[in-house]
This record gives sequence, C-alpha cells and structure tokens, in this order.
Amino acid sequence: MSNKVLGIVNFEDSTASVEGLGDYRPIPAFGFLGRYRVIDFVLSNMTNSGISDIQVYCKEKPRSLIEHLGTGQHYNINSKRGNLHILNGEKKPISDVYNNDINNFMQNMEFIEESDKGYVVVAPSYFIYQIDFSQVLESHISSGDDITLLYKATDNAKEEFNGCETVQFDETKKVIGFEKNRGKYKNRNISLECYIMSRKLFIDLVKRAAQTSSLYWFKDILRDVINEYTIRGYAVKSYVACINSLKAYFKANMELANLSNAKTIFKKDWPIHTMTNDSAPTHFYPDCHVKGSAIANGCFIEGTVENSVLCRNVTVKKGATVKNSIVLPGAYISENAYLDHVVVDKYAIIHHVKKLIGNDDEPVYVKRRDRI
Amino acid sequence: MRQNNVVAMILAGGRGSRLLDLTKKVAKPAVYFGGKYRIIDFPLSNCANSDISVVGVLTQYESVILNSYVARDHRWGLDTKDGGVFVLPPMETDANGFNLYRGTADAIAQNIDFLDQMNAEYVLILSGDHIYKMNYDKMLKVHKEKQADATIAVIGVPLKEASRFGIMNTNDEDVIVEFEEKPAKPKSNLASMGIYIFTYKTLRKYLVDDMKNENSHHDFGKDIIPAYLNDGKKLVAYRFKGYWKDVGTIDSLWEANMDLLNPNNELDLSDSGWKIYTEDVNVLPQYIGENAIIDNAYINQGCVIDGTVKNSVIFTNARIAEGAKVVDSVIMPNAIIGKNASVTRCIVAEGVEIKEGVSVGDKDSEHIELVAKKVVE
Repeated sequence: MSNKVLGIVNFEDSTASVEGLGDYRPIPAFGFLGRYRVIDFVLSNMTNSGISDIQVYCKEKPRSLIEHLGTGQHYNINSKRGNLHILNGEKKPISDVYNNDINNFMQNMEFIEESDKGYVVVAPSYFIYQIDFSQVLESHISSGDDITLLYKATDNAKEEFNGCETVQFDETKKVIGFEKNRGKYKNRNISLECYIMSRKLFIDLVKRAAQTSSLYWFKDILRDVINEYTIRGYAVKSYVACINSLKAYFKANMELANLSNAKTIFKKDWPIHTMTNDSAPTHFYPDCHVKGSAIANGCFIEGTVENSVLCRNVTVKKGATVKNSIVLPGAYISENAYLDHVVVDKYAIIHHVKKLIGNDDEPVYVKRRDRI
Repeated sequence: MRQNNVVAMILAGGRGSRLLDLTKKVAKPAVYFGGKYRIIDFPLSNCANSDISVVGVLTQYESVILNSYVARDHRWGLDTKDGGVFVLPPMETDANGFNLYRGTADAIAQNIDFLDQMNAEYVLILSGDHIYKMNYDKMLKVHKEKQADATIAVIGVPLKEASRFGIMNTNDEDVIVEFEEKPAKPKSNLASMGIYIFTYKTLRKYLVDDMKNENSHHDFGKDIIPAYLNDGKKLVAYRFKGYWKDVGTIDSLWEANMDLLNPNNELDLSDSGWKIYTEDVNVLPQYIGENAIIDNAYINQGCVIDGTVKNSVIFTNARIAEGAKVVDSVIMPNAIIGKNASVTRCIVAEGVEIKEGVSVGDKDSEHIELVAKKVVE
C-alpha cells in the first residue's frame, strides 16, 4: 500500500533554534545518540514502511545533509525504482522570514505535481519517534477523513515539547484547534507536524497558503481549514522527542542513553538506517571507568565516562572525566579535564581546562573545531 | 575508468580445519576477527585501498555464507561501474563435467575465461585468510619497474622458524634464484606470503600447460613457481614489513585478537588512511550499564555490557549481563553471557549462550577453549 505514497520530509520553522550546533548545520544533520543523525529516524520510518519515493526539503546549509543522505541507498531505497530527492529553494529569499516550507514547496511544485502517487506523508525531520506509516495510511483510508495527523499525548507539557504545537480534539479525535505549547499545562496532545492526505489535497493547500500570505507555513493553512476539512488525530505510542532547542537535544540524547527508553524506538525488525563510517571498535584502556553510557565505535577511552553519549572517534585521556555530557565525533578530551552537562561539538579539543559545568536547562556548548 | 588492468584473485576455498567448530559451517576467510570483521575483509579492503577494482573470489568449501557475504561489494567500495567482486566457485563444464579446484593454480586456470573477459594484464593472487594491511599498488610498481614475470611478496621470519615456510633465496637485487619449500637448512629468512603478481600473458601459458600435466599438484608454490625458475623467468621478491598473520588455530586466532588490545599494535585498525571495511550491521551504539566494569577491552557497537570485561575483545551485539565476568576472552557476535557467569581464556562462538551462573574456561589452561555450543551448567 505504501507504494502509493510520496514521502515529504519537511523542515522545522524558525522558532526551533539550537544554540551553537545550529550555526554549523541544519537540525536534521545533527549527530544524535552516538552514531545517528536526527533525520535518520523519519527516513527510516518511511523506508521501513515501504515508502521509496521521498523528497527531503532543506532550508539552508545543505552540505552536511547532502553528504549524509547521498543517493539514499543506505536507507534501503532501491537505486533503480526508488528515489531520494534533496530539494531546496532555488531562489534565495529576500529575507529569512520568507524561507518557509510553503515557499520551498511552491518552488519545487513541478516535482510534487508530476509524482504518480495518490497520497503524501508529510513529516518534519526534527522529531524522533517510531511509527509504521503503512498502518497509519490504512487507518487514514478506511476512515475517509481528509487529513490524518500524528500526535503524542504527554502529561509533562510543562517541561517538554516547549514551543511545539498542541492539538485540541473533540471526542472523536477530530481536530478543533491548535495552540502553541508555552509550558502552562501538564496534559497536552503534541502535534508531530506529520500529516497523511491525498496528494491532490496537499497541492491545493500549498497553493492556497501561497496565495494567502507569503509568510505562511503549512501548519498555518491547516489552522485556517479545520472547519472545512476533517483532520483526525492518530496517537504515537513510542518515545517522542522534538529537537527544537539545545536543552531538548541534550535531554533526548540523555533519555535515549537509557536502554529501556531506546527500546521503544529501536524495535526488532525496525532498523534505524544511517551512513556507516567504518570505524574500528572502541578501545577501552586499562583502568578506564565507564558506566551508564551509549558509545559509538572508534573511541579511545582512558579516563572516566558516566551517563554520557560519545559519538565515533572520541578520545578521553587519562584522568579526564566526562559526566552527563554529549561528545560529538572526533572530539578530544585531554588529561584531567572535567566535563559535566556539556555538549562538545565535532573535532573540538579540550586542553588545559579544569572544569566545564552546565546543567539540564543550560548545558555548556563547546564550538566545532574549538580549542580551549 | 578503471585505474589499472590488474585483476585480483582471492583464494578463499580453504577450510581451516584446525579452527574446529568455527569453520564447520563457514570457510576460514569468513571467520570473525577483531570485534567486527571477517578475515576476508582484509584482502578485500587492501584491494579497494590499492585502487584495484576487479576482484575475483574463488570459493569452494562451505561457501554459502562466504559467497553471499563478498557478493555485496558496496561494503568495500568495490561497486564501481567497471569493477566489482565476482564470486567464482567451481563449475560444471562441457569437457570435464563437474570439477573441484584441484589446487591453487588449478583454481585460477579454471577461471581463465574470467581473466580474459576482464582484459587482465596483471594478475594479483591473494589468500583469503591472512590478516594484514598492504598496498598492492606499490608491489605492482616494483613488478613493472623490474620487468618481472612474477613478483612474490616475502616477509622476514626468525631463521629458526624458517623451515616452516616456503623460503626464497635471492641475489643482491632481490631477484629470486631459488625457492625451497619448508627447507631443513634454510639459506635465507624470506618467507613467501602467498601473494603473487604475474604478468598474465606468460602466466596463462603456464596455467594451460599445468592443467594438462597429470603429475602436477596444480599448486603455485609446488609447480608454477618452480617451472618459472626452471625456464629462467624473472622472479622478484617484494619485501613486506608490518603485521601479517595466518591464524590457523584457536590459539593463534585468540592471540591475533589480543594483539588489538596493545595500543601500539602494528595492525592499527584505527588508521583512517587505510580503513578496513566490513558489513554495516544495523545496530545501536554500545550500551555500557550502571554495573559495568571495563578494564582493557575492544568492544563493538550493538553490545550491551553490564558485567565485568577484562582483557577481552567483544563482537557486535554480544550481551554481558550483570555480575558476569569475561576475562582474557573473545566473545563473538550475538553471544550471550548470562548473569554471574564466568568466561576465562575462551573463544565463545557466534550466538552461543552461557547460562546464568555457569563458568567456562580456566585461567591456567595451556590452550584457549573454544565454546561453540550453548552451555547450561
């Protein structure tokens, strides 16, 4: 059934902003949980569901994303019969406020119009969760609804999903309103900004949004049409994270460094595909102390690592301590450094620093290729 | 375009019977090594890194897993338009019916059609069961410069061990003047590594003649090389320095794995200039639990470690439960070491489970124990 679907991987709006990391690459290209990128999750959900015609829209800084996605073969997309298109706005918008998803869809409308698929799954790349879209599609078709929307019910909306859209339902799970989550209430339904509808309706809505306002995002036009079309909610049961701030990025990594949380996303027969780097296994030296951590390949660990996430090719020298931290690929933590609640970006070198200490709300960020 | 007109032929038909149950269902080149690799990843990665794009793999013994493993040539970046990995098992022919490969030379001779089709100018003969990193392109340069008919890679071995090898006696310019198979009184310490570059045109004639010779062993070392020397062909020794291991036994396979724990080991698998490529298994990063104690270990992704690991190599997806102790051991993919179990001086084979509280191996044992079946008590 999913061979009837065009996958559209959308990008996040400008309220999502990740301090530091976001200066170097778009959120979908962020390194995540040691060996993944954020976009691996939405793409794997699509390809595992049998969707093999996928468009990835890219707002800016496409280099790292293009490098990571390549031809899409490592996401299990058939090299002849499948398709992975990386699309961005060809014309540079006059101002960043015009760099919205509608603008990008309009500029690439011919590729959406010439698709032979009956349905679209539109999903942004900055959410992390597990869903089988073929089941969602089945439910969408049998319901006769115009649009199916994925949501996550949370009882911790005060702390989590800040800045995300919340959805109000009637008793039949029909959407009757959207509202931004400003952390005032505990129990909220969070929109995953993922929608299943016919391709024709999608094209209509995009064109209508473009006519309404050049500042419109797709979620803005949905708000306008809730009385015109039936939009119904579909609950996601797995762990869900939205990477829209440094705090959220930090928290999601820490939570998934716990194996029981990770198991709700990394299910048997549901591989999360990524690009391999062919690093050797990780070398733990005599007298290292490592506990409660998720660690990628290619690391050299001589010091102490606790409750942390180490990406590939990270070095932790003797006497160094890495606690509650995320260390991105190729970073070097030298003798006697002490890191607690720190995000160390790629290839950074931490030398002669006694202590770097942040907290859950404000982890310390160390820049890419920085030497401190 | 193809970078050169070399075709590599990897001899991967050997059983390696001294590896006991590890080679019961797979040929020796498919045996696991170093946390994430199979032995044949080494010659295949060496080919890829040496810009050789056409690689034939000659398989025979228990070849199902090996054939399907090497055929997926994108793993080594060998999936170029004009190259690839070609699986070459013995075949049925019109003239002779079904033939097994009778020896190393016969295996190549039976694939003359393949070498012709690939327009080989040089043929690089490799063994599928050696662990080493080598730039074959440098060896080819020497072969061309010296206008050799054949170039043989040699490695210096201690003179007292030289009688276990095929020994090359050379003149001052590294031209081989004599070849002695396992000499009682070796005159040199240059052992053949079983790596040859032949100029194909000449080799083709010798292979065709050798096929017809009923008294031949159809072996490069025993027949082809002596015939070349007899006829006054130019054979050159190419000296290799570095890590090179033929892991023939459980003890030597264990030792080669333990070599990786030495931070200055010569093999250096973390060298980003000469990566060893392998299957990309879809697994999580490794999870090191709250109760883990890790002291000197080489651990691959997908593992879940909540016990003690000391001086050991742990392969993809192995599980080591709370309270378990793994010391001086090699734990192969998907093996499970249960709670409070203890493993000492063992190789635990792929997928084997050691049940809760069970103890295997002995710290004072002379040999390494191979655990190839589930252990419940």
